[in-house]
Amino acid sequence: MNNIFVYLEIENGKVEDVSLELLTKGRSLANRLSCRLEAVAAGANLDAVGQQVFPYGADVLHVFDDSRLEPYTSLPHTQILVKLFRDEKPQIALMGATSIGRDLGPRVSSALFSGLTADCTALEIGDHEEKKEGKTYKDLLYQIRPAFGGNIVATIVNPDNRPQMATVREGVMKKEIYRVDYKGETVKHKVSDYVSDEDFAVSIIERHIEQSKINIKSSPIIVAGGYGMGSKEGFELCHQLASVIGAEVGASRAAVDAGFAEHERQIGQTGVTVRPKLYIACGISGQIQHVAGMQDSSLIISINSDPAAPINSIADYVITGEVETVIPKMIKYYRKNSK
Amino acid sequence: MGLKIIVLAKQVPDTRNVGKDAMKEDGTVNRAALPAIFNPEDLNALEQALQLKDRYEGSTVTLLTMGPPRAADIIREGLFRGADGGYLLTDRVFAGADTLATSYALSMAIRKIGKFDLIISGRQAIDGDTAQVGPQVAEKLGLSQITYAEEIRSAENGKICVKRRLEHGIEVVEGKLPILVTVNGSAPSCRPRNAKLLQRYKYAKTASEKQAAAESQTPVFGNRGVEIAEWSAAYVDADPQQCGLSGSPTKVKKIENIVFQAKESKTFDDSDAQIEGLIVELINNHTIG
Repeated sequence: MNNIFVYLEIENGKVEDVSLELLTKGRSLANRLSCRLEAVAAGANLDAVGQQVFPYGADVLHVFDDSRLEPYTSLPHTQILVKLFRDEKPQIALMGATSIGRDLGPRVSSALFSGLTADCTALEIGDHEEKKEGKTYKDLLYQIRPAFGGNIVATIVNPDNRPQMATVREGVMKKEIYRVDYKGETVKHKVSDYVSDEDFAVSIIERHIEQSKINIKSSPIIVAGGYGMGSKEGFELCHQLASVIGAEVGASRAAVDAGFAEHERQIGQTGVTVRPKLYIACGISGQIQHVAGMQDSSLIISINSDPAAPINSIADYVITGEVETVIPKMIKYYRKNSK
Repeated sequence: MGLKIIVLAKQVPDTRNVGKDAMKEDGTVNRAALPAIFNPEDLNALEQALQLKDRYEGSTVTLLTMGPPRAADIIREGLFRGADGGYLLTDRVFAGADTLATSYALSMAIRKIGKFDLIISGRQAIDGDTAQVGPQVAEKLGLSQITYAEEIRSAENGKICVKRRLEHGIEVVEGKLPILVTVNGSAPSCRPRNAKLLQRYKYAKTASEKQAAAESQTPVFGNRGVEIAEWSAAYVDADPQQCGLSGSPTKVKKIENIVFQAKESKTFDDSDAQIEGLIVELINNHTIG
């Protein structure tokens, strides 16, 4: 009772990174709250899940093994979590802000009447006072996220309803082995106690999942373009610089919304979080929701015609000038000086 | 047999144009201070609905929106784009609703509308980006759901076939009607069907707009305008305790305008000498090259 639960996303028996990242965060929250960390696996062929999640500090693994549970569909996984949470009464439940977590989380929260905060960029524990009612709540989950198009940061709490639910995007939390030899307990559940045949109301008739060709998450150098690139053609300059210096191309939300770049390239709270060695921000003003996804880069260069652009305050190098002038010069002098 | 389709749409502040007075002291959004637009992905949803209406004779498309009185604009826009009718759910008790309280109010209004085959909404709204209201409405109505839809391929004989766009690929799924579908921004955009409708629906008014016009003696253009149904919480039998702030399990604890921790930064202009200097420094310290 009163523990922290993490819903695991599993594809072909392998636990996804986003879930391991949440276990790492969940472990530190559990230590802070002196409670246990429990993981939920629903899918098929789950024998190897335990060895993947226990080193991340899971104390309990709940297993729901049934071939009909993979690939994911909404209702069966919802029914499992709703009943499990009613029985186990977690204080906190976390899941990935993926197409699965964002399909599942809202349904579960609606059924349990519990609050859910999407796309959190930080999770902390703290107290909360409801001044009107004169009530103080101890050790609530602070769900912190940029809001309102990324112009502000909001801290959300769920004072009265449990579990306190939050989704977090892949890459936002760090994945870290807790103890290699950490051992938890596996609890196997009977799927038919949770899910009825009618819950399999949606069937998958075709599925093509492929690893994205764009891999900005693991690239050590990123050239990211913003709305300041002006047009799709103008954005091409980012690709040219990237190909010359061996970087991957990223984009701000404004650039993606304007059609300058593919959605997979979006960096920020509603895109990918990156921590490269070098981040070159070209024509990006630096809204909070973008900065949330790149502020941990080791070295940041900002190229912007506006010397007061917010991103300049977190940049190590600021080049004030038009991207159309500066980027070609960078290419030229890189070619001239590289060995 | 035609389909009875309900499209959920939201009027959203255009978050690309946010000023200092955008937030109220209680941490909720000051909508009055911002330009209001039809949420982009809800237009993708409307387009899917209109395509089904074109394909299946006798189908109707009805819009449902919750918001302040000026959200009637959403209904007007939907009408001239080709929807058959619309409901504005508006009441002070809805103010400050989080996604759960919003989905409760919408689900009560949908019960009031009555029989339907399909509910379609955008995947998420640009002011919150939560993608929660669609699935929460589905759960409250006991419906199945298909999220991230890019194309509704067919909806006939009690079945629906949908192509979904996921992070790393696509899925084609089949479900049973009635069902709720949320539509991705990658789906086709919405174009008005018939420019003539623009004139007709420009004058569509809610009852309170007609009243306000009568009081200020503004001509309402007689019966040229359609009436937009305006529903209160009581009219859709919504429990006030489950609406607005009191029906919202999430509370905004605080809102911060973040000032970035300023780093000591080196500044350069766009001259050749400065840029070459920077590049040489980066090559020499092995950051690039």
